[in-house]
Amino acid sequence: MSKDNEILEELTSKEYEHGWFVDYETDESATGLNEGIVRWISAKKEEPEWLLDWRLKAFRTWEAMTEPTWPNVHYPKIDFQAVKYYSAPKQDNKPKSLKDVDPELLQIYERLGISLKEQQRLQGVAVDVVLDSVSVGTTFKESLSKLGIIFCSFSEAVTEHPELVKQYLGTVVPYTDNYYAALNSAVFSDGSFCYIPKGVRCPMELSTYFRINAANTGQFERTLIIAEDDSYVSYLEGCTAPQRDENQLHAAVVEIYAKKNAEVKYSTVQNWFPGDKDGKGGIYNFVTKRGICAGDYAKISWTQVETGSAITWKYPSVILKGDYSIGEFYSVAVTNNFQQADTGTKMIHLGKNTKSRIVSKGISAGRSQNSYRGLVQVAKRATNAVNFSQCDSLLMGDQCGAHTFPYIDIHNSTSRVEHEATTSKIGEDQIFYCNQRGISTEDAVALIVNGYAKEVLNQLPMEFAVEAQKLLALTLEGSVG
Amino acid sequence: MLSIKNLHASVEGTPILKGINLEVNPGEVHAIMGPNGSGKSTLASVLAGREEYEVTEGAVSFKGIDLLELSPEERAREGVFLAFQYPVEIPGVSTTNFLRTAVNQVREHRGLEALDAVKFLSLMKEKMKLVEIDQKLLSRSLNEGFSGGEKKRNEIFQLAMLEPTLSILDETDSGLDIDALRIVANGVNQLKTANNATIVVTHYQRLLDYIVPDYVHVIFNGRIVKSGSKDLALELEEKGYDWIKEEVAGTVL
Repeated sequence: MSKDNEILEELTSKEYEHGWFVDYETDESATGLNEGIVRWISAKKEEPEWLLDWRLKAFRTWEAMTEPTWPNVHYPKIDFQAVKYYSAPKQDNKPKSLKDVDPELLQIYERLGISLKEQQRLQGVAVDVVLDSVSVGTTFKESLSKLGIIFCSFSEAVTEHPELVKQYLGTVVPYTDNYYAALNSAVFSDGSFCYIPKGVRCPMELSTYFRINAANTGQFERTLIIAEDDSYVSYLEGCTAPQRDENQLHAAVVEIYAKKNAEVKYSTVQNWFPGDKDGKGGIYNFVTKRGICAGDYAKISWTQVETGSAITWKYPSVILKGDYSIGEFYSVAVTNNFQQADTGTKMIHLGKNTKSRIVSKGISAGRSQNSYRGLVQVAKRATNAVNFSQCDSLLMGDQCGAHTFPYIDIHNSTSRVEHEATTSKIGEDQIFYCNQRGISTEDAVALIVNGYAKEVLNQLPMEFAVEAQKLLALTLEGSVG
Repeated sequence: MLSIKNLHASVEGTPILKGINLEVNPGEVHAIMGPNGSGKSTLASVLAGREEYEVTEGAVSFKGIDLLELSPEERAREGVFLAFQYPVEIPGVSTTNFLRTAVNQVREHRGLEALDAVKFLSLMKEKMKLVEIDQKLLSRSLNEGFSGGEKKRNEIFQLAMLEPTLSILDETDSGLDIDALRIVANGVNQLKTANNATIVVTHYQRLLDYIVPDYVHVIFNGRIVKSGSKDLALELEEKGYDWIKEEVAGTVL
C-alpha cells in the first residue's frame, strides 16, 4: 500500500471510529452512505483488504456519477442518504408465529401452494426452520463438491475461494458500469457464488431460493457464476412468494462468465412487493445482469418472469465475444396497478457467427406502464451475426401503457437482424367466450395470459414454470371486469 | 325448459329486442329465422349473457331458474351453450387445455369430480368422432389459423364435450361449405336427446335441411312475428322475407 493510501486509510478509519457508527451490536449500519459505511460493512464481513479497496473504488466512482434518468419510469427522487445499507434482520420485528403475520399474505401463500413450513421460513419465523433449510443447502453442497462444483454464499466464497472471486469479480459488470452497479459494488451485503469446473454438467438446478431466504441477505446482493470449458449449469433465482419489505431500494448485480463451449441457463422469477393498489410502497428494483460468452461456442440464456416491484429497471445482457457463441433472452414482465417496468436486454455481438434471440412478452394492466428496451449491437468484426427479436405487448383495460424501445446498432453488413413486434388487448370477446364455456373470468384471464406467455414459460424448469403460471394469474387477479 | 316472456333488450341505448315470447321444451328443435338486423343474434347473445346487451324488460326462465340473474359462466354451467357465429381466437391455449378447464369447471358446478388427464382424453376421443375433428387441430392454439369450417366444427365439438341442456347455434352455417355443413349438422343431430333442446339461429333454410326443426319462428324488428312448422322455412326460402315485412306492416297499420 502506498503512503497516500495509508494516510487515507487512517483518516477514514478515524471517521469510522467516531461519528456515524453507533450500534454495531444491532447488526445495522447507520443511515446514509459514506466511505465509513463501506468500511464498516467490509469490516463487519471480515473481508480481505483487496475487496475493501475494490468497494472503496466503487464507492468513489458512484459518488461521481449521477442517477440515470433515461428509463421510462417515474418516481420521487431517491434520497440515498436516507437508506440503511446494511441491515441484518431485527429479531423484535419478526413475527413470533404465523398468527402474527398479515392474514392476507398467508392467504396468498396458500393460493400459491406454498407449504406451511415454507411459509414459516419465508416469514423468518422460527430459527429451527431456517436452520433446517440451511442444512438442505449443505446436503446439496456435499454432493456438488464431489463434482468440484462450488455453490455457496458470496461471503463464503470470499473466504474460501478468494483467488476465484478476485479473478472474476467485476470482469463482466465493472463497478464503473452504471450508477446502480457502482452502488452495489460498494455496499453489497452478500449473494451467491457458483463455479462449475471444466467438463462438468451440473446434475441439478442450482437455486438461490433456499439460501438467500435463510441468510436474509439484504437488498444489495451480488451473484457470480463461472462456467469453465464444456460445462453446463442451470441456475434459478427467485423469490416466488410475495415479500413485504421495509426497505425500498434493491440493487443487485449478477455476473456470468462462460468459457469455451460452456452453457449457462439463468432463470428468474421475481416477485418483490409491487406496492399496494394505490401505488404506495413497493420495491425499486434496479438490477444489472450480464453474462459474457468469453469462449467460442459458449451459450448464455436468460429467462425472467417479472411480476413484482414498484419500479423495475433491468436488462439482462449477453456479450457474445467467442465465435459461434449464443445469447438468449426470454422475458415475461407483468405490471399491474401503478407498477412501472423498463426492462429488456442487450445483445452485444463481438465474435463471428454469433447468434442471439430475444423474446419479450409484456403484460400491462391497471394503470401500469410497461416498457421493453433492448439493444442489438453488431461489432465490425462480428461477421455473420444473427439476431431475432420478438417483442409483444398485451394490454388489459384502457388505462395502462406499453412501450417498445428497440435500439439496433450494426457495424457489419453480413449480419442479419430481425425484429417483430405486436400489441394486443385481452378482449372482452375472449373473456366472454371463456365464460360461455363455464370458465370464470379470473381463470379466463389466467388462461389467456399463460397462453400468451407460453413461449417464455416453456423455457423455465418444470416446477418453476408451474409457480410462474400461478403467479401470473395471481398478479393479474381483479384486473379485468 | 326455456320460457322467454316479453323480452326487451338494447345495445348502447338502441332497442333491438322489443318483446320476444318463446317457449322451448325438452327434446325440441327451434329455428329462429329472419332478415339481417332483425335481432336473431341479439337474442342468442342475451340468452348467453353478453354484457353489452342490456335487458330492459321481460323475463327468461331456464329450468325454473331466473336466467337473467346469472353471470355468463353460471349460465354455461347450468347448461346453456352458445355456438358462436365468430369463434374467438386464444393464442397459446390449445383447444384441449381450454376444454379441460371448461369441462372441469362445469363438472365442479354439477357436483362431479374433475376428470383426470386419462379420462379426459378418452372422452375427447369419443366426441371427436362426432364431428370428424382431427386431434392435431385440438392441440393447436384455440381457433388460431383455423379455417371457417374448422372453427365451426370445433364449436360443435365443444358442445359435445360440455353436454348442455340448451344449445344455441348462432349462424353456425355461415361460412360452411356443403360437406362441412353436413358434418356439423350430423354432430348436432347425434347429440340430440329427449332431455335437451336446440335453438338454431339462421338466415338461410339450408341448414334446416340437415337439422330438422320442430318449430320455425321469424323475427322481424325485434319481435317474433310468425311461427310455424318446417314448412315456414321453405316458404321463406322461396319467397324471401319481404312478404313477412309487408304482412307485419299491414297488421301494425
